[in-house]
Amino acid sequence: MVLNSIEKLLEKYDNGETSLKEEQKLKDYFAQDDVAPHLESYKMMFQYFNTTKQELYTKDVPLKPKRNNLYKWISVAAVAVLMLGIFIPRDSQINSLAELTPEQLEAYSQTKEALAMLSSNFNEGTSGLNALKFAASSFDKGAEQMNYVGEFGKTTNKILKNK
Amino acid sequence: MTQTDFTKLVLPFKDKVFRLAKRLLVSREEAEDATQEILLKLWNNKQKIAEYKNVEAFSMTMTKNFCLDRLKSKQAQNLKIVHSNYQDNNTSLQKEVENKDSVDWVSKIIEELPEQQKIILQLRDIEEYDFDEIAKVVDMNPTAIRVALSRARKTIREKLTNTHRYGIK
Repeated sequence: MVLNSIEKLLEKYDNGETSLKEEQKLKDYFAQDDVAPHLESYKMMFQYFNTTKQELYTKDVPLKPKRNNLYKWISVAAVAVLMLGIFIPRDSQINSLAELTPEQLEAYSQTKEALAMLSSNFNEGTSGLNALKFAASSFDKGAEQMNYVGEFGKTTNKILKNK
Repeated sequence: MTQTDFTKLVLPFKDKVFRLAKRLLVSREEAEDATQEILLKLWNNKQKIAEYKNVEAFSMTMTKNFCLDRLKSKQAQNLKIVHSNYQDNNTSLQKEVENKDSVDWVSKIIEELPEQQKIILQLRDIEEYDFDEIAKVVDMNPTAIRVALSRARKTIREKLTNTHRYGIK
């Protein structure tokens, strides 16, 4: 009975007319050990299908988020800015007078002259301050004499107490 | 779409992609590379994935095309042929050896089939797709698929019975 229906199913199977459900029935039948000898070749096929089905893909796939690119370019830009910051000021700095062009030298000397003139005027101003200094020293003298007066007052107080 | 979403989406069919690739490319390493390539392609197009109605069928089609291209390209000329990784835990040693032998025969016979039949047989008998799904992947009408499938099944069985009867491979 069972064998009969299986054989019918197999015929359909060979013609590619079985549904998935019927194929499942066949698979179940051939999964058991005692199969009619003349169906041995079918058994091999179904066994093969079963074992192959268990094969799995086990490798990991490296999935990288795409955004990384943006960060990379930002860091490149940052480094570029840093390099500019380091190198540009050093380029424009001139280390000794010998490297100056004639115009630059002239400008330099003119500035120097102007500053010298300014400073000499300052000196004149400070000499005017000398008079103030003199007045301050006379104040000091006066203050010293006031100390004597204070001292005198203290002694007179003592004398008065004793009496 | 985050990485975890993607992994969840891909999880149900990544093994199927791998097995189809292995069916066509034979060597395990080649199939692994192909699978990785397919998954990376999906990942790079993850914005568009949402628009696809059937990501699995789409991926299988991609796999099919990728592997066929691979076979055509010169690279495929130094393909390695490796048979390995058939697991069977619950049978005795002798039975196991026997099974492994017959299993090897079946895989060798399938290797000799035309590509089209290989793909259809793989999708139907191993992955258990229905005919509509197979039609999407191979771009054929269901009747033609039935015919190809029937041919493949008959060829396999014929060759198997021959090997069995004469005891030669």
